[in-house]
Amino acid sequence: MQTPAPFEYERATSVEGAIAALQRQGPEARIIAGGHSLLPMMKLRLANPEYLIDINDLHELSYIREDGDELRIGALTRHVELLRSDLLVERFPVFRDAEQVIADPVVRNRGTIGGSLCQADAAEDLSAVCSALKGKAVIRGAEGERVVGLDEFHIGPFMTAVGEGEMLTEVRLPLRPGAGSAHEKVERRAGDWAVAAASGAVWMEGDTITDAGVALSAVGPTTVHVSRAEEFLRGRTPSEELFAEAGEIASEDCSPLPDGRGPVDYKRHLAGVLTKRALRRATARALHQEA
Amino acid sequence: MATVENLPSATTERPVGFGRLKRKEDARFIRGKGTYLDDIRLPGMVHGAILRSPYAHARIVSIDTSRALAHPNVAAVVTAKDLETLGLAWMPTISYDTQAVLAGDKVRFQGQEVAFVIATDAYSARDALQLIDVEYEPLPAVVNARKALDPDAPLIRDDKEGQTDNLASPTWEAGDEEATERAFAEADTIVTRDIIYPRCHPAPLETCGMIADFNAETGQLTIYNGNQAPHAHRTVYAHVAGLAEHMIRIVCNDIGGGFGNKVPVYPGYVCAIAGSIVAGAPVKWVEDRSENLMSTGFARDYVMHAEMCSKDGKITGLRVDVIADHGAFDSTAQPTKFPAGFFHICCGSYDLQASHVKVKAVYTNKAPGGVAYRCSFRITEAVYLVERMVDALALEMKVDPIELRTRSFIAPDQFPYETTTGWTYDSGNYAETMRVAMDIAGYEDLRREQAEKRARGELMGIGVSFFTEGVGAGPRKHMDILGLAMNDGADLRVHPSGKAVVSISAQTQGQGHETTFAQIVAEELGIPPEDVQVRHGDTDRSPYGLGTYGSRSTPVSGAAVAVVSRKVRDKARMIAATMLEASPEDLTWEKGRWYVKGDPEKGAMIGDIAVRAYSGEPMPEGMEGGLDAQVIYDPPNLTYPYGAYIAVVDVDPETAQVKVRRFIAVDDCGVRINPMIVDGQIHGGLAEGIGIALMEVLTFDEEGNCLNGSFMDYLIPTALECPDFELGETVTPCPHHPLGAKGVGESPNVGSPPAIVNAVIDALHESHGVTHIDMPCTPARVWAAMQGRPEPPQ
Amino acid sequence: MQVTITINGETVSRDVEPRQLLVHFIRDTPGLTGTHWGCDTSNCGACVVLMDGQPIKSCTTLAAMCEGHEIRTVESLEVDGVLDPVQQGFHEKHALHCGFCTPGMLMTGRALLDENPNPTELEIRTAISGAICRCTGYKNIVAAIQWAAEQEAATRQEA
Repeated sequence: MQTPAPFEYERATSVEGAIAALQRQGPEARIIAGGHSLLPMMKLRLANPEYLIDINDLHELSYIREDGDELRIGALTRHVELLRSDLLVERFPVFRDAEQVIADPVVRNRGTIGGSLCQADAAEDLSAVCSALKGKAVIRGAEGERVVGLDEFHIGPFMTAVGEGEMLTEVRLPLRPGAGSAHEKVERRAGDWAVAAASGAVWMEGDTITDAGVALSAVGPTTVHVSRAEEFLRGRTPSEELFAEAGEIASEDCSPLPDGRGPVDYKRHLAGVLTKRALRRATARALHQEA
Repeated sequence: MATVENLPSATTERPVGFGRLKRKEDARFIRGKGTYLDDIRLPGMVHGAILRSPYAHARIVSIDTSRALAHPNVAAVVTAKDLETLGLAWMPTISYDTQAVLAGDKVRFQGQEVAFVIATDAYSARDALQLIDVEYEPLPAVVNARKALDPDAPLIRDDKEGQTDNLASPTWEAGDEEATERAFAEADTIVTRDIIYPRCHPAPLETCGMIADFNAETGQLTIYNGNQAPHAHRTVYAHVAGLAEHMIRIVCNDIGGGFGNKVPVYPGYVCAIAGSIVAGAPVKWVEDRSENLMSTGFARDYVMHAEMCSKDGKITGLRVDVIADHGAFDSTAQPTKFPAGFFHICCGSYDLQASHVKVKAVYTNKAPGGVAYRCSFRITEAVYLVERMVDALALEMKVDPIELRTRSFIAPDQFPYETTTGWTYDSGNYAETMRVAMDIAGYEDLRREQAEKRARGELMGIGVSFFTEGVGAGPRKHMDILGLAMNDGADLRVHPSGKAVVSISAQTQGQGHETTFAQIVAEELGIPPEDVQVRHGDTDRSPYGLGTYGSRSTPVSGAAVAVVSRKVRDKARMIAATMLEASPEDLTWEKGRWYVKGDPEKGAMIGDIAVRAYSGEPMPEGMEGGLDAQVIYDPPNLTYPYGAYIAVVDVDPETAQVKVRRFIAVDDCGVRINPMIVDGQIHGGLAEGIGIALMEVLTFDEEGNCLNGSFMDYLIPTALECPDFELGETVTPCPHHPLGAKGVGESPNVGSPPAIVNAVIDALHESHGVTHIDMPCTPARVWAAMQGRPEPPQ
Repeated sequence: MQVTITINGETVSRDVEPRQLLVHFIRDTPGLTGTHWGCDTSNCGACVVLMDGQPIKSCTTLAAMCEGHEIRTVESLEVDGVLDPVQQGFHEKHALHCGFCTPGMLMTGRALLDENPNPTELEIRTAISGAICRCTGYKNIVAAIQWAAEQEAATRQEA
């Protein structure tokens, strides 16, 4: 088995301590939580940080709770906890949809939402989920906290707005009535990265869509936020034709690259199909019509 | 005196002989107490690692090992120059080619071995690889087998004198070209297809590795290595390293899967041996997964052009032209006179009028290999070809695919049947097996369901394949590997205690030999399997034989054990006659004892006979004491297991994802020694077939970079991709095998990929006009076919 | 650095590099080579052990990260010569051939039944979907875990 290059290691005992260590050790230092994005890259020697700061003891960053009109998730919350959370499935069933198809059950015991978002692989599912839900990322540094929208958070492939000496601590999702959400993914095999995936969210008043969220995984340099589809959906009455048309917009507005998972035209096609399916299910859930 | 009541009592749970006996070897594995290669630590052991080429084709300008040598934990760095002085820079392959152990002049595939580091621990060895500086001058690469013989194709094997192109093995033919021309001229219907069996990889869960321990004082080389043919390897090392063969001992403890991946001799092995000789310490080398996928023996990679014809509703002719991609060195492992292995069994299970097969092999800038992954020496390619063609023909003739097969089958009274390409199939009742499969599947109901679903726009497919394969290589008069007869030995000793040890040449990698071979002795001698110890895996303690691959363990080693047990039983008869003061002709056998015909109370149990054999009491005239025997078994023919497989798939009309909903497999492998183990072998092979049909392929870009050399992108099915397999059986004994058994390990991998691909096409033919698709049927590739643009895999 | 981990109830303490992976820390401990490795990318599951009762991939965990946690390996399943029902189930149902994936499958099966004593076939297949078996085709592994679940249910009833 391949093994990482040498590095130094410390265990953080507090968030402040972790941030201070990041600052002290400089750009060659990395945070490690579940490690299931970082360690594989280190074993392949694609990433060679000289200093690792283990934040697994920072249980204060592990939570899923409602706070006023927001649902807040701590960055250290594991995938398995997101999968099992009754609170989360009630508010945002899109999480359970996604978690069922993120990696495999064993990896989900360790991987965290913070790690996944910060890895910023375009094929990563939770980024699309949080984007569709209009989520915000809370980044903490020595100077304090700042809150950024997911669009600003994901800058490019494997690049986020988290700067040197900073770490992601929380994701905030606005709670509004009439919500429904769903995630649809195509993968070549269980546990594989998405060939394409779509998160869809709607907020309904009566039979009108008052707001929508559409975001795609694996069909762009980073998560694709299909704002044009969201505009299109606002104020409309749901129907199969509507979902299909939103899907076509998603298909047009993404920019997939060809690779082993599929060529460009197939990924575009999937973006459309999966957006349509995600919106269909999201709407059914919003209207409490899902079986 | 022995009475009937003292005979070992058999139950279904604990048969004395054939039956569903639970495995003896489980005891250590379920406790995590197996001994796999990486589990072994020897005093003073050091660790090796291999530096591999990043280029598929490049000149080596210079290698600077000074920085690596300066690493405090590095003991040595070996390059081709060092090996040249030992005469080890190149080694012979099983196909009578040569392969570089470490690249000297050029690298010829991405992942090729360039340098070997020896360090105190594995982590340091890995670190040291990055300290070796190699300067390369990249060259254009040949990646596509179809372009390998283009006039402007770069020459890969400029190391071979007289080699002016990339032809690895000239065209080999089987069958009758003229008779085939006639069959096609007379035919009613002809179909043509270009069919590719893509490059895939056996990928056993345990990678390859070796510990080589050379003792300079005694001249003994002890090798710990998981390999499928330890005696043959020993002969090769003696030849390659100039060591005395009898001073080489190969110990194969537990092996974490072979599937043909652990048949070849790899450069890493030779490096470890050379390292141990030079370093004077045991050297352990274990490859990682990407090395396994990118450099060890891949499987398949056949580009096939085929035509099949029919007349009066029956299949009459087949012609096939194949380009085989052998990679940068020709190291395919098959019997000497068969450069395309047994591919010419592609005449299939049908009573053809004529067939003609041509295969040539080319070099490309990819890893060497080709014969692996439960292929029965290219029978996987052959059956895939013929079963895809039969379906293509059925489609063209607008006939049900099972109907066309049944009409064209070789009939039971035609056996032994000589095929148009020179095989003599031993026994078969094909229609019966096909019928059993149809019954289990509920074929008529499935077609009804398919029609209903089609009306609703749902895409369901039913695919069939019927295969006959040949295993148990093989008769001395027909085949050898590297000049070695493919015969196996068996030594059986019954001890004074009445318990036995049987030593075999077969080399299990999970096939359950410690149980099944004990069952054979039990069946023949009536000694309970728990009292029969199977000895294997150590060349010092097992008879010479050619090992386990090509499903040959039961046909060859199993026969050897049956024959040696009967020799012991015959000797026991003579001794019993002396004990009972009867003549041997008056004795009759029931499992466990000889007794006087007509006087059942007067008998001798095998245990009592054993005591007598070692005692001071008189032996029969001219007979030596003891109760043991030795045999080398030369099979008279291959054995020919066969089967009928039916796959049911559902294809998502929008995403094109394929799900195997059901898989029905009815195998006829003759007499089954342990039906539980037979079923297990079939389950495993079917899962591999799903992998090959839907997701497994090694892909390369135009420069020869391997694009998926890890388990992240070389996808192997999980429990979620495999249905609950439905198995059936028919039993048509092999007429020439002492037990009537045929061998089965590879059949499921042989038969399942065509069934699945036929099912996918069946799902998409009416709705989308799909008449052909190549594997793997990934969602993207299936979708392209649905758009009318099926593409061959890269 | 000195790393101290509780493995199968015993304290194991060694001086290792921070980069030492948990799978190697375990395998370097005498008698604990039952935990295997089979890939470089956290896909194969041959390395699965339990950390605080949950299956984890020990090839993708640093030994240092496990200080203060309880690790259980396949060697912990048999107690005083009595096999765990999951082990017995694998034997009863012929759920292993070469045995290389078996420790990881056993630990995954054990953890599943600890949390879900009556899993459906789909739940079992999902639970083991993070581990690859090249030999068995999974059918008998599923049957083995089902057998163990039934055995344990019967034992609970008797109690």
